Amino acid sequence: MFDIGIGHYLTLGAVIFTIGVVGIFLNRKNVIVILMSIELILLAVNINLVSFSIFLNDLSGQIFTLFILTVAAAEAAIGLAIIVVYYRNSGTIRVEEIDNLKG
Amino acid sequence: MPAHAFFFYIFSLIAIVSAIMVTASKNTVHSVFFLILDFISISCLFILIGAEFLGMIMLIVYVGAVAVLFLFVVMMLNVAQQKNQWFGAASGSKHIPVGMIVSLIIFFELLIVIGGWKLKPDLSNDFINLPTTNITNTHSIGNVLYTDYIHLFQLSGMILLVAMIGAIVLTFRQRSGLKKQSYIRQISREKNDGVELVDVKNKEGVKIDV
Repeated sequence: MFDIGIGHYLTLGAVIFTIGVVGIFLNRKNVIVILMSIELILLAVNINLVSFSIFLNDLSGQIFTLFILTVAAAEAAIGLAIIVVYYRNSGTIRVEEIDNLKG
Repeated sequence: MPAHAFFFYIFSLIAIVSAIMVTASKNTVHSVFFLILDFISISCLFILIGAEFLGMIMLIVYVGAVAVLFLFVVMMLNVAQQKNQWFGAASGSKHIPVGMIVSLIIFFELLIVIGGWKLKPDLSNDFINLPTTNITNTHSIGNVLYTDYIHLFQLSGMILLVAMIGAIVLTFRQRSGLKKQSYIRQISREKNDGVELVDVKNKEGVKIDV
């Protein structure tokens, strides 16, 4: 209980990952919340990498976390730009009304 | 060690609750605020575990850039007042129980993997990046990042450049009917184009707007 090991951090990562996946599946709002859920998923992956890196005493995990951070920032910028363009064209970004593909 | 456990439980509780509130809160602006809280508590966990550099970078990048970008877009698009229909009330929402089942299965699969996972006993001999103990975390990351991973580092810089150009190209809008300053026309204007000599007749004047 009071001895925090790698399992605690991995469980925290699993919980946050699952919350992110639930946020993508059950979203009824707008697309921005889906992007935030993707950020949560990337955060969970970062927790896993950093905890393995610390507990195995190997720096590669932290380097990979740095690269994931870069890609996450780029992805957020591109995704928000796409959302802005879509809102400008169609006037809404509600998930239910984005049905051009008839999926 | 109890202090470590105490702070771990506090920060992870805050992180989990704010992650739930990101997906469940009615107002999108509140979701962004809870996302910021989540990032801050996770970076506190990183600092607690001993990865100070990543904790600080996470604060700068996520809280300082990404979350502010989200907030800016949310406030610009005027979607904050849209009502949220969380769990039903939406027409024909058959996918909610399926989504819950799939998410629970994912969670329990991850728990099974974490619970039954074990290191190979002779694994810790062949790591190449063993940090020595008398230099800081930032120093050791710099030692590895600018030597072994220099190509990946420069490639991530290229990724950021491409993302920046892509975001600008996507959101750029050419407006018509807007008078703009054109430097090339200003510079390439010469005396023969701009000045015209006119013989003015007596008591008639000159028409300027031709």
